[in-house]
Amino acid sequence: MFRIVAIVAGLGLALVASAEAQTPRKGGTIRMTAPYGSSFTSLDILTTQRAQDEIYAKALHRSLYIWNSAEGKPVLELAKEDVISGGGLVHTFKLRDDAYFHNGRKMTADDVIWTYNRIMDGTKAYPGARYVRVIEGAAAVEKGQAKEISGLKKIDDFTIEMKLTEKVDPGFYFWNAITSIYPADEAAKDSFLQKPIGLGPFKFVEHVPGSRIVLERWDRFYKAGKPYADKIIVSVMGEAAARDVAFRNKEIDTSVLGPAQYVAYQNDADLKGTVVEVAEVFTRYMGMNPAFKPFADKRVRQAINYAIDTDLIINKLVKGKAYRATSWLPLTSPAYDKAMKPYAFDPAKAKQLLADAGYPTGFEFEWTTSQNESWGLPIVSAVIPMLDRVGIKAKVKQVETAVLAEVVRSGDYQAFIYSQATGPDPQAALKCFHSATPQSACNYMNFKNPEFDKLIDEAGQSDDAAKRTQLLQKANALLYEEAPVWFFNYNKAVMAVQPWLKGIQLNATELTHQNVEDLWVDESSPAK
Amino acid sequence: MLSFLFRRLLQTIPTVLAVVALVFVLFSVVPGSIVSSMSDDADPQVELRMKKQLGLDDPVYIRFGTYIAKLATGDFGTSFRTREPVTFMIAKRIWPTLQLIFTAMVFSVVIGVPLGFIAALKPGGIVDTLAMVVAVSGLSIAKFWLGLVLMYLFALKLGWLPSFGYGDGGLKYLILPAVTLGVSPMALFARTTRAAVLEIMTADFVRTARSKGMSETRVVKWHVMRNALVIILTTVGLQFGGLMGQAVVVEKLYSWPGIGSLLVDSVLQRDIPAVQGSILVVVLSFLAINLLIDVLYGVIDPRIRYA
Repeated sequence: MFRIVAIVAGLGLALVASAEAQTPRKGGTIRMTAPYGSSFTSLDILTTQRAQDEIYAKALHRSLYIWNSAEGKPVLELAKEDVISGGGLVHTFKLRDDAYFHNGRKMTADDVIWTYNRIMDGTKAYPGARYVRVIEGAAAVEKGQAKEISGLKKIDDFTIEMKLTEKVDPGFYFWNAITSIYPADEAAKDSFLQKPIGLGPFKFVEHVPGSRIVLERWDRFYKAGKPYADKIIVSVMGEAAARDVAFRNKEIDTSVLGPAQYVAYQNDADLKGTVVEVAEVFTRYMGMNPAFKPFADKRVRQAINYAIDTDLIINKLVKGKAYRATSWLPLTSPAYDKAMKPYAFDPAKAKQLLADAGYPTGFEFEWTTSQNESWGLPIVSAVIPMLDRVGIKAKVKQVETAVLAEVVRSGDYQAFIYSQATGPDPQAALKCFHSATPQSACNYMNFKNPEFDKLIDEAGQSDDAAKRTQLLQKANALLYEEAPVWFFNYNKAVMAVQPWLKGIQLNATELTHQNVEDLWVDESSPAK
Repeated sequence: MLSFLFRRLLQTIPTVLAVVALVFVLFSVVPGSIVSSMSDDADPQVELRMKKQLGLDDPVYIRFGTYIAKLATGDFGTSFRTREPVTFMIAKRIWPTLQLIFTAMVFSVVIGVPLGFIAALKPGGIVDTLAMVVAVSGLSIAKFWLGLVLMYLFALKLGWLPSFGYGDGGLKYLILPAVTLGVSPMALFARTTRAAVLEIMTADFVRTARSKGMSETRVVKWHVMRNALVIILTTVGLQFGGLMGQAVVVEKLYSWPGIGSLLVDSVLQRDIPAVQGSILVVVLSFLAINLLIDVLYGVIDPRIRYA
């Protein structure tokens, strides 16, 4: 008898999950959607960091760790044991000896080492390099100074030793799809791009570019009795209205909802019960460049936070599909401080702060934005009159999302509006503001504060989890006070799930990323 | 005839070169690069090495020369994104796009041309008025909106057709996207046919034919239809090229795996070889269809010579 948690919609800050005893049913087809605009980037998941691609990758591939949504942390997946030594820097992993690639070959330590070395190929800019770089000697491989990562050693076929450059939880570095373990022999071949081979619960069947990926059950998956479903179809459906029709027509089992649909589904008696939501670890904000004189003054940055009626924008424009940000770390972060209160809407205080900073009549700045409906032009358009009321004029500079990413990294802006991953690791999220973090990495506001650095460094050195959390909360509070950004919101991810699809996990890192081996469809599914 | 074809093929070379050059230069100057879309924290040194590996650190004229040299051998390059040969990516997408466009074209011609013809035979009558209402509506409706209405009606309400997807590529999956794409050219063909027929009906040679005692059916069949077809064919040729571009919206809406969605995705991710390859295929298809139309002119109207 298995026990599956059936997820129902939660409102406000509380996430309500009701557990009911149900026996997972074997068989059937799960029909998921990939809602983020375009086609899958590549069938080589190590080359792509898009959330869209990871939807299928969760079925096809596996990494050293996996995200456990119930526990809110990464847990061991391809390893059975992690023995820590060397002052917290050396991790000895006992790998699973029952994990088979989809070509029938057993995974060994050689595959793990081969994969991480491949990710550090400095001529390819693999996105996973940012994580593998934490292994000693990985950066040298990336720079072409070494051929193999010195901190990665094979002890035997199923044991590897990993020496890290800093005392961190490797789980936060090796759980997502861009560090998936590849079969060393097969992945080097050109055919791998057409027919990828992984360790996941489903094996590749077909890719119709721009339309769908089909995967079928891998019978030698290492978790006994799983996966439950026979097949998974992931359809590329970027248009929300088309997804809506398909969902109502029972042609798909999941559909990500935008703000307008969120309201519509909640007001529809037939659809209300299909809505699941979670506070994702993404913070939306307006970044301010301290090199632009007015933004160098903390009082100006705070004034902007006071001048904007953030709740009004969230409620009316974002239709309640977001949680008000109270600092950088999101609600689902283990270091989130519930006692934190957001900046109040107080234009008078904003004007006073501006006057104190030497800008009694305000100033003008250029605001770079994309067209994104949740953190782009519509939000900027709503904020501009609010800032205008306290004397601040904003000129809009609209760019494509791809260009915005470059603008943000290069620092070529006065202000920008963005959505940034702020989890799941609170330490990594806050470390973006450490003065040693380059702007091109994630310190986009080029934030420098010795007190903040000290807190982060101390947290990094601490072996006491409670103390580390306390230090991170202090750093987060300091960030709130310094206000390098306008703290806008934390994303509320909302997905409609058909009643016959069971086992959906409230994944705060990305709701569409499901550990599909735990999903199953009951008899009422049209694709049973 | 052969010399005409040869001459026309030669004329396409400067057109193709101009398009290739324009796209190449355009994507050399627009902001954003494949490197930043791949990794948002790549070390500047890694960026440099990657640019070198992809040949993006060479001056534009060298890159262009290399590209043209490869193109001459049929090599469209390798996708920055998927690392597959672009020809391979296009090969996977071209058939669904052709399926979609030809079906849309068949729908638009089969409905639009008779509609315009019938309307022109009794101008100002009820049929004419209704036909022109249909034509104007068809030209005015946005494809995206029309597609959603069709999905709602035929998939959700009637349950006759799937609302999205390619399925097995069969007719069931093709109907809604093709109709969505075909309504606008259908309306245009109806209007063009009506205008052409009305004009020809008042031409001297038609009056002469009637005065010789030829029956109205024969006049319409041998003189009016034949002459109107030249104008209709020209419109069909131009619309074919137009449909290649308009298919983007329909492909995206219906999750149809065509060239249009490949082009959009490649532009957004700055996958320059894939963009160039996709555009080149669209241009070549347009030129090929127009060449075919030119050849058909002579078949329909023997007075047209390939001099």
